Amino acid sequence: MNAQTVGEVERIIQGCEGKGRDSLIPVLQEIQDVCGYLPKEIIFKLSRQLRIPSSKIYGVATFYNQFRFDAPGRFEIQVCRGTACHVKGSAKVLDAICRELKIKPGQTTRDGMFNVVVVACIGACSLSPVITVDGEFHAGVGVEDIKTILDSYREKAESDEAK
Amino acid sequence: MRRSSDSNSSVGHSDPKRRCAEFVAGLAADALADETTVIYVGAGTCGLGAGAGKTLKAVRRFLDVESLEAKVVEVGCIGLCTAEPIMDVKLPGKARLSLAGVTQEKVEGALKAVLRSEVPSELVLGQHVSDGLERWSGVPGIEEHPFFARQNRNVLVNCGLIDPSSISEYAARGGYTALAEAICTQRPEDVCQAIERSGLRGRGGGGFPTGKKWRFAMETPAGGKFLICNADEGDPGAFMDRAVIEGDPHRLVEGMAIAAYAIGATKAYVYIRAEYPLAIRRLTDAIAQAHSAGLLGEDVLGTGFELEITMKQGAGAFVCGEETALINSIEGKRGMPRPRPPFPAVSGLFGKPTVINNVETLANVPGIIAKGPEWFREIGTETSKGTKVFALSGQVQRTGLVEVEMGATLREIVMDIGGGTGEGMAFKAVQIGGPSGGCIPEGHLDVRVDYESLKDVGAMMGSGGLVVMDERTCMVDVAKFFMEFIQRESCGKCIPCREGTKQMLAILKSITRGRREEAGTDALLRFQGIMQLEKLADVIRDTSLCGLGKSAPNPVLSTLRWFREEYEAHVYERRCPAKACTGLLNYRIDPDKCKGCTLCAKACPAGAIMGTARSRHYIIPDKCTGCGACLQTCKFGAVIVD
Repeated sequence: MNAQTVGEVERIIQGCEGKGRDSLIPVLQEIQDVCGYLPKEIIFKLSRQLRIPSSKIYGVATFYNQFRFDAPGRFEIQVCRGTACHVKGSAKVLDAICRELKIKPGQTTRDGMFNVVVVACIGACSLSPVITVDGEFHAGVGVEDIKTILDSYREKAESDEAK
Repeated sequence: MRRSSDSNSSVGHSDPKRRCAEFVAGLAADALADETTVIYVGAGTCGLGAGAGKTLKAVRRFLDVESLEAKVVEVGCIGLCTAEPIMDVKLPGKARLSLAGVTQEKVEGALKAVLRSEVPSELVLGQHVSDGLERWSGVPGIEEHPFFARQNRNVLVNCGLIDPSSISEYAARGGYTALAEAICTQRPEDVCQAIERSGLRGRGGGGFPTGKKWRFAMETPAGGKFLICNADEGDPGAFMDRAVIEGDPHRLVEGMAIAAYAIGATKAYVYIRAEYPLAIRRLTDAIAQAHSAGLLGEDVLGTGFELEITMKQGAGAFVCGEETALINSIEGKRGMPRPRPPFPAVSGLFGKPTVINNVETLANVPGIIAKGPEWFREIGTETSKGTKVFALSGQVQRTGLVEVEMGATLREIVMDIGGGTGEGMAFKAVQIGGPSGGCIPEGHLDVRVDYESLKDVGAMMGSGGLVVMDERTCMVDVAKFFMEFIQRESCGKCIPCREGTKQMLAILKSITRGRREEAGTDALLRFQGIMQLEKLADVIRDTSLCGLGKSAPNPVLSTLRWFREEYEAHVYERRCPAKACTGLLNYRIDPDKCKGCTLCAKACPAGAIMGTARSRHYIIPDKCTGCGACLQTCKFGAVIVD
């Protein structure tokens, strides 16, 4: 984490002084927005600030699918596994992505470029099967499209670095 | 807006009806006038997925280059998702023309033609005819399009048509009159009674009479009550709530304000999925606008009614769609259900009386108050009144959002509106009600959609996801898919749901497991499981704590009921008739068709294909995992599945 994110997280934690239990989930969401995940030491800090045991915070955080506890890749790939996408073959798409990246859902590639997340439903069922990469939608994805899509992001990363 | 507040003070409290009418008229004054050329681009999540963002850019670039004056408006989804990106053009004095499939490269040509008053006939979807506007010749009205012809749009009436970020547009189409009328002229008990009379039932799945729920909460004395709007649309295959919020957020705000007034709540929450960033943004903006217009906050319209609406983002737990679990989640706890009673209407959020309504339920409210409960009663069937929005998806030609009267048949929705299954495939089933619902076969497609009829065929209304499946879909695989979902989303509080769903999933997995993966007594255990499957389903249904567990066996029970022969084929013949269960498939290569291109051998992740270049290839059955990679890569159709 760089100094800026540390400062921002510090500000979020200071900001919840005196707030009740009901602010826990929004605060965790804010922290994850800034850091990309929930780092252990920050949970401990938050626990002291909110006066909620860290075990309880972990209890809440692990219950919800949204929270993650290790750093995500540069691009997050969300694969929709809703009914409509399933019927249109999203299982094969997910397999193909995992095969291409050589990781399992929930993991990050070694080069830190991609991480794969399975989501219950993105709510764009009419475009099924849908995946999003870095928040961008890719509709009607077939197994044969995977390589092209991933390559376009690899190129994007390269050209960003060149700058 | 300033004008209206002036008139407030001059008329005062003496004639509330007139004051309210003037206030809404003042709001609508800022709406778009007919003199401007307006270009509307459907930019809901589905539209953006189809490339509406690029279309928008292309439109703006075109206007820049040609230095034309026109207003570009991002609207929500009109519902016909297969035709996205949709671009509408409204020239002064002419009817609004709707164009389908306008990807970025088609923008220039289309706009040039329309501005010359020519119709780009290959793109045209229809025109929105209205009084006093010149019609485009040779263009059918949008209501004649087969997708829209059978629909009756009450909740979706503004979706895709108005600018969701503008309160004036909503007011110009009659918005906020119902709220003004309710709080200025009616008592809370009158509002509850009107809703009760209308026969509106919860659209989130349960179908509990909304008016009754409100009355319970209204009659419970308490210092502080809460209203919660449940926008945690977790059902896979459902996206109605997202589309309503993205396309017409003010309707929801108005519905919430009326509901809060009726039950006496001063604080309301919207519990919305974090996966819907656009909907969150639109609704947050709408709440802020309503606030600054004086429709939320303290002393609304000088009546003393006050309301604050807070957004709460869900963190991705399906069970939080259950009322009491949702309350726990808002309180910052694990989203686990609580035993009922006490019902939330008596003791809910922070121990106070709480009403929880689904987005679509609340979006129905303004219409009922504005047009009267009798109008609403006339639509629909004996027990289910009004209209219902369905999200039509899956293997169907026209996917999207469909709003029909209660009592329409599934055949009308799937075949007439959706256009049936495509690519010459036979229809097999339609899945309704998400993971808690069931699959309905061809033979029962004439069932009328209302709460009771659907229960009779082993399904339920649910929130309204309709997923169409054709002959390529294996019903055992579908049941397994839902069990996997439910098992993952089970909160773990009660044992029948936590352990039962795991066992059910294990049984289904064993049915679809290939011989290659079986060893020892696996086959014996498989049969043992099958014998217990139905009994286990009954136990889970009867003993679970909340709605998730009680309905968890539904996907299995309904597929067992209507597609038993498919289960039997899996169990006795060890084959999958739809060729979807990879474990049960056998792959081989037709030696006559194989050209020895080696592509399949390279694609095989298991290294199961033998052969050298320009010689026939061969699949080693024991190594084959049945993934189908060879089938997809073979250019000569030499891979045979059976």
